[in-house]
Amino acid sequence: MTAMIGLFSTCLGDAVHPRVVRDAGRVLEAAGVSPVPIAGATCCGQPAWNGGFVADARRVARRTLRAVAELDAVVVPSGSCAAMMRLHWPQLFAGDRDAALAARVAPRVFELSQYLVEELAAPPIGSHTGRAVAYHDSCHMLRELRLHDPPRRLLAAVADLRELPRSDRCCGFGGAFAVRYPDVSTAMADDKLATAQAAGAATVVSADPGCIMHIEGRASRTGAPVRVVHLASVLADAL
Amino acid sequence: MSGFARRSAAALADPVRHDNVRRFSERAHDHRTESVAGVDFEALRDAGERIRSRSVAEMPALIDEFEANLERAGAIVHRAPTGVDAAAYIAGVVARHGSEVVKGKSMASEEIGLNERLAADGVDVVETDLGEFIVQTAGERPEHIIIPAIHKSRADVRELFEPLAGHPIGDEPAALADFARAHLRERFLRAQVGITGVNFGVAETGTVVIVENEGNGRMCSGVPKVHIAVMGMERVVPKLADLGTLLPLLIRSGTGQKITSYVSMIGGPRRGDEADGPDELHVVILDNGRSRVRETEYASVLRCIRGGAWQNVCPVYRHVGGTAYGWVYGGPIGAVLTPLLHPQGGLDELSQASSLCAACDDVCPVRIPLHDLLIGLRRDRANAAAGAMEKLAFRLWSLAWSRPWLYRISTRAARRIPMNGRGRPAAAHLPVIGRWLRSRDVVVKR
Repeated sequence: MTAMIGLFSTCLGDAVHPRVVRDAGRVLEAAGVSPVPIAGATCCGQPAWNGGFVADARRVARRTLRAVAELDAVVVPSGSCAAMMRLHWPQLFAGDRDAALAARVAPRVFELSQYLVEELAAPPIGSHTGRAVAYHDSCHMLRELRLHDPPRRLLAAVADLRELPRSDRCCGFGGAFAVRYPDVSTAMADDKLATAQAAGAATVVSADPGCIMHIEGRASRTGAPVRVVHLASVLADAL
Repeated sequence: MSGFARRSAAALADPVRHDNVRRFSERAHDHRTESVAGVDFEALRDAGERIRSRSVAEMPALIDEFEANLERAGAIVHRAPTGVDAAAYIAGVVARHGSEVVKGKSMASEEIGLNERLAADGVDVVETDLGEFIVQTAGERPEHIIIPAIHKSRADVRELFEPLAGHPIGDEPAALADFARAHLRERFLRAQVGITGVNFGVAETGTVVIVENEGNGRMCSGVPKVHIAVMGMERVVPKLADLGTLLPLLIRSGTGQKITSYVSMIGGPRRGDEADGPDELHVVILDNGRSRVRETEYASVLRCIRGGAWQNVCPVYRHVGGTAYGWVYGGPIGAVLTPLLHPQGGLDELSQASSLCAACDDVCPVRIPLHDLLIGLRRDRANAAAGAMEKLAFRLWSLAWSRPWLYRISTRAARRIPMNGRGRPAAAHLPVIGRWLRSRDVVVKR
């Protein structure tokens, strides 16, 4: 029996970045995986979990947890959602009727680059395009999932990968933080854009739709000449 | 606008201050990074976590031991349940000896409003740490726990010092420091009482440990006839040997040095046969909510040794500085400690003043899980009646997004809303999206 691999589109993927989800699907296909559709999944529940609203987080996450229950692996094109599902779902459902299910599913959730590099040990995907890119480490992907090398390995195979100075510094998104304290959040995005421009990075790549939406949204408003692209799209463009 | 939003907007609106805080905290962070390279800092952090966890777990017994050993050496120990009590006790000691006080850096004294209390009694208190002296002269509060005047440029300092000096000094740092040195030297010689903070209190030996670089702490503790040391009760540690772990952790985290210029270990007042030291040593052990916090799920925050690495690495702190947090401590420790120690301050919003980036967790020398503590405080806040509107919003959200068809409709609809702010879209008037669109667009990748 072939393994059933699902691609979880995430709420930002559905609402803002549908192309990223399609690109992630193409990349998985190129790596020899045919993701199955996940019926009935919504959001991982992170907005409510981070806000401290546990019951609401559970209500939403339960829907998604059950939708992915039968899959052998869940691939997520978002470090932040993957961290929520892998690391925080067992906490969220502790003592709940779905506790055992959450504990069983959590280790089967993988961020996209983690899945390609660590699980599939896939050979390089796509051919080198010569495109110059700099990688922004998203907070939860780096400091919770500890994924530093996998996205870089994939990028280095298809692009001229430059290091973004202080690539590990938060872009200021932070979910509700971005709308609760827009002045501070925006100053943090400006920092990120200034760093990218000073380093001559015209294209910033991230594996998190939240960061992309924030950095790109600010660049669009100020006219900063920085493109912000998802890792999946860079890889798909190189196929 | 909330208090934090208002104070941070003010901080962001001052470009010189904004730039200084950003630049110097970044530099301090780089110094830390350099100083932990080439040593097994992770093993040191593990050891530090063990020592400090034990310190918190055994705190009451350790405080008893610390007190007994200090008293045996001739010191007078006062346990202050509240900040008001601590300040009143110190004011009483000062009143018996004179009206001139020299003071070393102490965040605990900031916490209890000591300078204001002493000023009300007509006592002349001068801060002797250079940064604190600058901040005091400006009539401000420390902006950073290690670098109090982090927000001041040399020109700012010149403008503060020249009126005191009565002659031009210029803005060379060495000239400015020379002036402060000469000015403060007279005060050290005149003062009847010196007040300092405490970095660690060693239970086993009754030793008060003070870490500093300017020698002012040693002058405050050694020159006047009376020395009063103010210690947050959580600073107690079991053994003298623990300092072998904790001093390098504290110092590399705080200033990026291997060791500070001065590490004073004070074992009591001057004994009959000794030439130097105060005749009286008072050690004020401040509770001010710490015993209460120790009984909660947030007890691990009491491990804190105030290394300050969290402050330099915090992307929010870098933009707004410490006073924007509304009390004494800034950055993630401020966001956690303030609502816990100062619950009447109306500052429980501080747990929200973080993007949850977790950078602080990676540098904390004693591995305090600040990220989890922040989320815990948000949970408490969500359960309290305070956030009724927010509670309703999350309830409606969860009811909608636990239904796949409603989820599908809402996410598909979101793609179609024009959210490029330059055309003043209708979405700019929506409650949450509108706050996003004030300074950012939403670029849909179709």
